[in-house]
Amino acid sequence: MDIQAIHSILLDKFGSEIVGSEPHKAIDPWIQVDGRSIVSVGKFLRDDQRLLFNHLNDLCGVDYFEPDPKKAEKFGHEPHIEVVYQLSSIKLKHRLKLKVRLDRWKDGVAGNLPCIPSVSSVWGIADWHEREAYDLAGIHFENHPNLRRILCPEDWVGYPLRKDYEFPLEYHGVRGR
Amino acid sequence: MSLHIEDPRVIEFDVQTDEMLVNMGPQHPSTHGVLRLLLRTDGEIVHECTPHIGYLHRCAEKIGENLSPPQYIPYTDRMDYLAGMNMNLGFALTIEKLIGMEVPEKAVHLRVLIAELGRVASHLVGMGAYGLDLGTFSPFLYAFREREIILDLFEEVCGARLTYSYLTVGGATHDLPEEIDIPEGLASLTKRDPSQRMSFIDALEMFLQWLEPRITEYHTLLTRNAIFIKRTAGMGVLTPEMAVSYGCTGPVLRGSGVSYDLRRDGEAIYTRMYKDYEFDVIAAPFAVAPREVVLGDNWCRFYVRMMEVVQSIRLLRQAMKKYKAAAGSYREPFKLNAKLPKDEVYLETECPRGQMGFYVVGNGDGNPLRVRAKSSCFCNLSITDMLCQGVPLADVPAIVGSLDIVMGEIDR
Repeated sequence: MDIQAIHSILLDKFGSEIVGSEPHKAIDPWIQVDGRSIVSVGKFLRDDQRLLFNHLNDLCGVDYFEPDPKKAEKFGHEPHIEVVYQLSSIKLKHRLKLKVRLDRWKDGVAGNLPCIPSVSSVWGIADWHEREAYDLAGIHFENHPNLRRILCPEDWVGYPLRKDYEFPLEYHGVRGR
Repeated sequence: MSLHIEDPRVIEFDVQTDEMLVNMGPQHPSTHGVLRLLLRTDGEIVHECTPHIGYLHRCAEKIGENLSPPQYIPYTDRMDYLAGMNMNLGFALTIEKLIGMEVPEKAVHLRVLIAELGRVASHLVGMGAYGLDLGTFSPFLYAFREREIILDLFEEVCGARLTYSYLTVGGATHDLPEEIDIPEGLASLTKRDPSQRMSFIDALEMFLQWLEPRITEYHTLLTRNAIFIKRTAGMGVLTPEMAVSYGCTGPVLRGSGVSYDLRRDGEAIYTRMYKDYEFDVIAAPFAVAPREVVLGDNWCRFYVRMMEVVQSIRLLRQAMKKYKAAAGSYREPFKLNAKLPKDEVYLETECPRGQMGFYVVGNGDGNPLRVRAKSSCFCNLSITDMLCQGVPLADVPAIVGSLDIVMGEIDR
């Protein structure tokens, strides 16, 4: 099924407040979804007989931000964070990319992680992928069963895949930089 | 008065001993690298198994943001270090998809040939190391004897034995060599004069002829071995629904009876490589399986790998013919400082351990804005907790080993 057909099914079901008005044109076109409804959209995508997106290939966070003020003009994106869901259907063999757009920090306060509901109740693997996105990209997943750091040590400070991340000078007596 | 017990196992579970936390790893030899499993055990029975990962985290995704794609290829080698060629291919294809590049016909067949040879090498380690997990040493030695020859052949191709960086954006770094020394191991096994020189393709054909009959021997040694069957059949059963929900891919998914292989079902840019090739997708259940085997158990996962070696040999034979006949160059030039378009792509390829995905966001610059490496073993490992609940402690290595994980890929 192509992206236009999937998009019109989603638009019929959820309306234009939740689903973006049309698929974004790109090499892999994607559909923008409102973060607060991601769980119900995910459940629908997984269970609807026409779609059957039962396989979550990947979930990751992308930080759109340019820390260098000289380059910021040419950067071309508003500072924001995207959570990207790559879905595929084992049975129907089609693919879909969903995106959720978030603020870099909640309420504009640095250190306040942006929130999005967890989809680990929809796809089991989202549990670990969300832990990784929390660990590296600094996104808080609400209702996650076990939101702890997964690759970095538990007492690590900061979120390494943020563009303004600064490498620590010292970690337990080990010199950084 | 008679005491009636329906299930004799109930008695054993009724006996409560003190709960104990057992720390397995990160230096445990049968956890395949630096994996640490925290086991909550009641006597001999494991109740909970929590994997702790990250000991080999090398910030591969962060490094990718500061390097141009050809410079990043060596880092992909070091993710799944047992199948470096397949990782190179995955990343190179992703970049080609991003910039809309088509590789020449000769490069396509060269890539199929190299990738399938890499798959054979990787599955040989998977088989040998799994035997080691279950306490038999000899399959490991045989598997490494064979793998050694593949590594020798790879060394003749690109000079490296493990971290190849050979398949790169646009094709490969150089063509297959016209004339090579016969690898010493191959010469002694086939009783040839090691000073004789021959083309790479002939040496590979010689190796395949030698390898093919050996696979039956491995089946005798492991697959049909009564002790091996006792340790693997009916153990660590993964249902197809759970395998799909937990994002398992590769032999783990196909061992659960889901016939899904990206070489057949993947995206066009990847399946195009394999479109003229004949091969079967191996998936459980198997007619030849012993009576005790259940769909999705350790034995099925192991057997999928063994049968994939046979399919890879079949593909290799076709690739050799097609490579010889193909015209064109082995690569399409790609400039090191070429600008990446403002676009983003995600591509998964079928690596020996499952579907390895790369997600690259370009921003009109030479370096990508974001590189994401989605690891197959990462997803496969996440089901250990479910598989290890209620099994005896001694079976934990058998279950973890059957997933065939490589920590370099999980931690990245």
